[in-house]
Amino acid sequence: METKVLIVDDSKLARIVVGKAVAALQPDWIRVEAANADQALALLENGGIDVAILDFNMPGRNGLELAEHVRQRFPEMPMALATANIQDEVIARARAANIAFVSKPVTEEGFRGFLSGAALKLRSARR
Amino acid sequence: MTETVITLEELERDALTELVNIGVSRAAASLRKMVGEQVFLSVPSLEVVGRKLAAALIRERESDQLIAVRQEFEGAFSGRALLIFPEANSLELVRAVTGGELSSDEVREMEEEALLETGNIVLNGCLATIANILRKPLTVSLPRLVRGDGKHLFDASALSADSGVVLFLYINFAISERDIRGYIAMIMDLPSLEALKVLVGEFIERIVGPESATRAN
Repeated sequence: METKVLIVDDSKLARIVVGKAVAALQPDWIRVEAANADQALALLENGGIDVAILDFNMPGRNGLELAEHVRQRFPEMPMALATANIQDEVIARARAANIAFVSKPVTEEGFRGFLSGAALKLRSARR
Repeated sequence: MTETVITLEELERDALTELVNIGVSRAAASLRKMVGEQVFLSVPSLEVVGRKLAAALIRERESDQLIAVRQEFEGAFSGRALLIFPEANSLELVRAVTGGELSSDEVREMEEEALLETGNIVLNGCLATIANILRKPLTVSLPRLVRGDGKHLFDASALSADSGVVLFLYINFAISERDIRGYIAMIMDLPSLEALKVLVGEFIERIVGPESATRAN
């Protein structure tokens, strides 16, 4: 069964960076992109998204608000917030909603833990 | 899904905005440690404008006296970075970073030092992150305090009479529970801006790879 990962970032370049890290670590995963929260929600509602990686600082609704919203709708979906904004409040809110934290600038290494955890979770859920 | 065909110029702007975003987000995290309260950032908007227009852009938003912490940076590209906020906010910022334990007199006494230190942390955080990601070291001077209106700040910051181009990064930062907001601006002359454009291009190529960069072009 295929795994589909949603990458949400207002920066095209940041989406490329995240996409490359995902491709290197999980080459079989299908990647879809959204440039803002509304696009992301539309894609999520269409269904078939297994994992979501969200940028924090975006115009309109920020990544954390989006993640909390998505969390209510999809309680089990592995989600990560990517940001250089490592303030205690941001981290605490992400943790409270069971959202992983990946620091920017994004590297393959920084994503490894989250992606392998997500893959494991999806495999066991599908068993 | 978003369309992948974009021009390189858009990607350059995108890359630069993202670099600044990362730099400022880190700086905000440092500022949060200093003030003990969450620091909110807006999404940066980035414009390359002449000095006069930069002054006008600030004036549109702020009619009052401003205060700025200014630092020179030098390296593959050179210029000046400014952390700007309304002068009326300055004592409140000092109170925030000193933990509210000082008397009014002490706050006034500490004002200059506290502002310089705050500016130093925010601007250095931003510049160092950009330098690291572009892989070109920058040396950053000691901070200085400048007071005046928008026109004065950019005039006093011009590197030379005509060639002052401002990479105007407009970022609103606000500290929760306190009435504090500010902006960050980087001023460069044309050669520096061109050097920066080349470095950003190289950075994009490292990420995207030559093949995709051609396609994006």
